[in-house]
Amino acid sequence: MSVERPGPAGQQPLLRIVDLHKRFGELEVLGGIDLDVSRREKVSILGPSGSGKTTLLRCINYLEKPSSGRIYIDGMLIGEKLVNGRSVHLSDRELAKERREIGFVFQRFNLFPHLTALENVTIAPRKVLGQSTEEANDRGRRLLEKVGLGHKLAEYPERLSGGQQQRVAIARVLAMQPKLMLFDEATSALDPELIGEVLKVIRELAEEGHTMILVTHEVQFAGEVSDRIIFMDHGRIIEEGPPRQILGNATQTRTRAFLKKLADR
Amino acid sequence: MDFWTVMVARFPYFMSLLLKGAVMTVTVAVGALALALVLGLLIALFRMSPSRIVSGFAYVYTEFLRGTPALAQLFVIYFGLPDIGIELKPVEAAIIGLGINGSAYLSEVYRAGIQAIHRGQVEAALSLGMTPLGSMRDIVLPQAIRIMLPPITNFSITLLKDTALVSVVAVPEIMFYARNLVTETFQSMHVYLLAAAIYLAMTIPMSRLVAYLERTRRAWS
Repeated sequence: MSVERPGPAGQQPLLRIVDLHKRFGELEVLGGIDLDVSRREKVSILGPSGSGKTTLLRCINYLEKPSSGRIYIDGMLIGEKLVNGRSVHLSDRELAKERREIGFVFQRFNLFPHLTALENVTIAPRKVLGQSTEEANDRGRRLLEKVGLGHKLAEYPERLSGGQQQRVAIARVLAMQPKLMLFDEATSALDPELIGEVLKVIRELAEEGHTMILVTHEVQFAGEVSDRIIFMDHGRIIEEGPPRQILGNATQTRTRAFLKKLADR
Repeated sequence: MDFWTVMVARFPYFMSLLLKGAVMTVTVAVGALALALVLGLLIALFRMSPSRIVSGFAYVYTEFLRGTPALAQLFVIYFGLPDIGIELKPVEAAIIGLGINGSAYLSEVYRAGIQAIHRGQVEAALSLGMTPLGSMRDIVLPQAIRIMLPPITNFSITLLKDTALVSVVAVPEIMFYARNLVTETFQSMHVYLLAAAIYLAMTIPMSRLVAYLERTRRAWS
């Protein structure tokens, strides 16, 4: 494990991103992102579509391989390791081990359709962490109860509403006890009347002190649960600060224009 | 003597030999299917490998085997390999020949099935800490199998009929016995019709299975 700029225990940020770039061919999607997120901090990322928010999240758990730059979780370099001072890509197995620490909630839920709600939640603890079926089921049951789905354990995803599916997906992430949770527009694919039940679960997790980064269009919700809001445009962080400052008193014209557009919707 | 008189008189004798052949037909078909299923999956995974060399090998393998006659492949294995010191019994050559040939077809069935599974499924599995191999085994393949089962069963039907080919390397299967019976009795019509009927008796239930699988493949619960 290599630690750049190590700090005293507890002061080191949970997530540190250093000069992250991502290009798809000619197109530069992320143009140099620097970001620190502390333990227990809740950060929301706002910005127009195409601004690189989702790509940033996907780079953090290496679903997208960054073109350059470094990402650390708890001091651990993600996706690479330093061998004799040179960075080398991790093997599949090493990368998988790092990803356990980072939970990802997808816009389209991505539940496994061939597994029941409970099996969706328990498969990774069983296969990845080596938990016994009883242990995993026991925990899985409690997590599904926590997200209000204790009565849907044996249902297959296609028999669940979008909101219920997303709550199963959140329980599935929680089962791995990640250090950091990433939410990629977790409510964007939902019918309006189902958004509330998912936001309620996310709010509870925020109050419990989970460290999380939310990419969202729910500006009001972001303002309520976040410690910090980041505004991105064209692959860069344009502005960041406490919700009150960003939502009420943004200094950048682009931020204000974006927020106004959302408010006019 | 008219057709039916001969048929009734000779039926037990013809059938006793043809059914013996049927046992061999099934043996070769099952053996070749097992080989094709395993080898085909391997080739499909190779074909989807990020390594150009590995996927290139799989590409050449499938193109070569699908672009040349199975009969030629069978002859190379049975008559050609002894030249380099590999002598196979007829049944072994038949199973290996049809198995390798079938793996090229099945690899494409596998590939289509695997690629029909949404990319988000793999991403979800990876994000939970599964390895690419683990997500293939526990997430993608169990779903892809539903898509692949009807074409795989169809392939099995074709394979069963294609075993007729291996009579040319002296495997005593249905057509091998049929030809011997015709040489012996000159009753071509009777013997070959009976042989065809035996194939049909085996393939009809399999086609019904395909129809059933296609009806049920979309429901998970």
